[in-house]
Amino acid sequence: MILAGCAQQSDTGGAAAEDYPNKSIQYIIPFDPGGESDITARLQQGPLKDAFGESVAVSNRPGGGGAVGWSQLATEAKPDGYTLMGANLPHIVLQPLARDDAGYETEEIKWAYIFESTPNAFVVAKDSPYDTIEEFVAAAKKEKLTVGGSSSFSANHMGTLALNKEAGIDLTYVPFSGTSAATPALLGGQVDALMSYNTEALDLLDHGGKVLAVASDERLAELPDAPTFKEAGYDVTIGAWRGVAVPPDTPDEIVEKVADAFAKVNKDPEVRSKMEKLGFHIEDMGPEESAEFTADQQAEAKDLLERFDLLKK
Amino acid sequence: MLVDIGNALIQVATPTMLLLCIAGVIGGMAVGATPGLSATVGLALLLPITFAMEPTTGLVLMGAFYMGAIYGGSFTAILVNTPGTPSSIATTFDGYPMTQQGRSEAAIVASTVGSVVGGVIGVIGLIVLAPLLAQVVLAFGPQEYFWMGVFGLTMIAGIAPSLIKGIAAGFLGLLISTIGISPVGGEVRFTFGITDMQGGVPLIVALIGLFTIPTIVDLVIAPESRSMEVEADGDRRKRGGEVRRTVRDILSRPVNLLRSSAIGTFVGILPGAGGSIANLIAYNEAKRTSKRRANFGKGEIDGVVAPEAANNAVVGGGMVPLLTLGIPGAPPDAVIYGVLLLHGLRPGPELFDEQGVLTFTFILAVGLSALLMAPIGLVAGRGLQRAVVRTPTYYLAPTIALLTAVGSYAVRNSPLDVVIMVLLGLAGYGLRKVGLPPAAIVLGVVLGPIIETGFAQGLLAATGDAHPWMSFFTRPLSLGIIVLVVLGLAWPLVTARKEKRQAEKELVS
Repeated sequence: MILAGCAQQSDTGGAAAEDYPNKSIQYIIPFDPGGESDITARLQQGPLKDAFGESVAVSNRPGGGGAVGWSQLATEAKPDGYTLMGANLPHIVLQPLARDDAGYETEEIKWAYIFESTPNAFVVAKDSPYDTIEEFVAAAKKEKLTVGGSSSFSANHMGTLALNKEAGIDLTYVPFSGTSAATPALLGGQVDALMSYNTEALDLLDHGGKVLAVASDERLAELPDAPTFKEAGYDVTIGAWRGVAVPPDTPDEIVEKVADAFAKVNKDPEVRSKMEKLGFHIEDMGPEESAEFTADQQAEAKDLLERFDLLKK
Repeated sequence: MLVDIGNALIQVATPTMLLLCIAGVIGGMAVGATPGLSATVGLALLLPITFAMEPTTGLVLMGAFYMGAIYGGSFTAILVNTPGTPSSIATTFDGYPMTQQGRSEAAIVASTVGSVVGGVIGVIGLIVLAPLLAQVVLAFGPQEYFWMGVFGLTMIAGIAPSLIKGIAAGFLGLLISTIGISPVGGEVRFTFGITDMQGGVPLIVALIGLFTIPTIVDLVIAPESRSMEVEADGDRRKRGGEVRRTVRDILSRPVNLLRSSAIGTFVGILPGAGGSIANLIAYNEAKRTSKRRANFGKGEIDGVVAPEAANNAVVGGGMVPLLTLGIPGAPPDAVIYGVLLLHGLRPGPELFDEQGVLTFTFILAVGLSALLMAPIGLVAGRGLQRAVVRTPTYYLAPTIALLTAVGSYAVRNSPLDVVIMVLLGLAGYGLRKVGLPPAAIVLGVVLGPIIETGFAQGLLAATGDAHPWMSFFTRPLSLGIIVLVVLGLAWPLVTARKEKRQAEKELVS
């Protein structure tokens, strides 16, 4: 009986899992080359090769804010562990909620590991009349204020919606084509504030920007003077998370091996120091923890989108 | 600052740096000359190599590579009517006609002179004016980008033989640019239920389809026109002295070189615009102000010089917002931004103060790379030119066809892009037959996102005003560009009337 069980298991991929990996692994980034996801992957490439003992090829499959790549992962890619794809939160939660046909479901993105994050940060320009988030909210109750951020249905967009909900205000969100594309709009006075990421907030500090709040549970080491939204009484904790996912039917043994490899890369001192220089927070979430975290995010996002009537019809 | 520049000069003048610049320029030229592989993709592929390098050497290699890639894009534009990168769109307008007349060697030389001068002027602009120019970036808001896009549309009058058909082609391009996820708001548009269409039609794929496929069809159905071209090339080669003659001819009209380089530097400074727009504007201005206006589009050498000077000037211009504000001016700058951050270098005033030697070494090396393109380009570019001219049509046509397929696939590793490329190509061939110029379609594809994004962001950013749309007409800078738009619209009418009067006068006398 036991033998039979073993034999059966090996048929369904047990053997494949045992000598995984024995050939080159494809690590696909569903965004353009040169972006933050792409740079992270190219940082990991060398150490990943050491961790897997096989070469790792990084390529790009951009389009639709990641959706083109993820739909390929969910529906076409072979579940053998040789196709890995970068995956991002909240993108994989928001696209299926907001688009009629994103091409995939959130549940079809099977996480192997989440390795880094960038929390939202709320920044105003040097000459802005507001010095605290409370002052900004008070002003927003009297007049129409605008907030710039990176793209629609992003962590920046959700952060702005969450602040609207928590503070009972109606900020107008102005989406730009990327994080740094929104910066000139703040410095040039086109928008009143930016809901950006900690990485960009650091840059803005150099130009005299004032970080009024960060959207994390605790204050950030790199921005020690910026209070959290929670300190001001607004429950806004939203950011972007990056990790790696596999096709939905990939055997758990292989997923574990992928997770182990990425966990090992995350401990590499060279990778850590470079990630930190880029402003990324290092995260270590395995397959199950990542899935639970995503489910929580999904529930929150659904609630938020419903409230502002942004769910797909 | 001057001490830093001096020290940087000493650093740049070492054999290592020189070798790095040469390697970067050659590598960049090879990638740029390959349709589908843009400067951005090449730089991303280079990224892991620079991890192991010192910050200075890594940056110098990337800067040289970027410069070379933009220049290399002109080779295929001239020789086979395929812009190697979107920065060389306008180079095809006169570069390919020159090739058809057997003057491809002169066209390559023209592109080299333009690229070298443009590259150097862009770098000078970066060194001298960086802090000042950074303020320009901030003055440009969504409304200004909207009007700049509209100004770009007025170029249709310049590139289309018939205004109505030009407008029709331009609007078709605008329509193509709306496919995919909308830039503001994130709606899914015109995907016909195909998930992959969420990514829209990439500019490079449209370029390859609209420009190259008709070229291949022409080669196949009328090979005899090409044998004339090869013969003419042979005759010119026998005469010799083509390089010296061409260089002297171009340098005798320095205004075109300087104006185009200034346009490139300025457009490069504006984030989100970049080489794909700069080369078109420079071409249009060259045509508008030239005494030989009628010859543009028929193999006018200044029509090659202008876009090539502008696109290489974008390299230096684009680094102004990158190094002073941490905002990438053009897509390839985003990769260089990543390298800076990886080495713990944060763009801003302190980059020039505390890391002055490194920063100026990088900037000067980019300038040096521009100069190096002259000897390298005259050897490699003319070598490629000779090879293409000598290749018989029955090898050349299938080779280009293969390159288009590989190139359009390589943009996003997407098989659908190959299908889109072929469909657009066949459509482009048919539309050209009925007089809708492919260049005007491409203009729409390039400008559509800028116009749409500027319009939507402008309205959103002005929600506090009583009439948000008024913000498009009340900002001083917007008004300035509106004046340019009006001039751009009026110019063809004015010149047409002038020419008519001239003709009448001649008739009377």
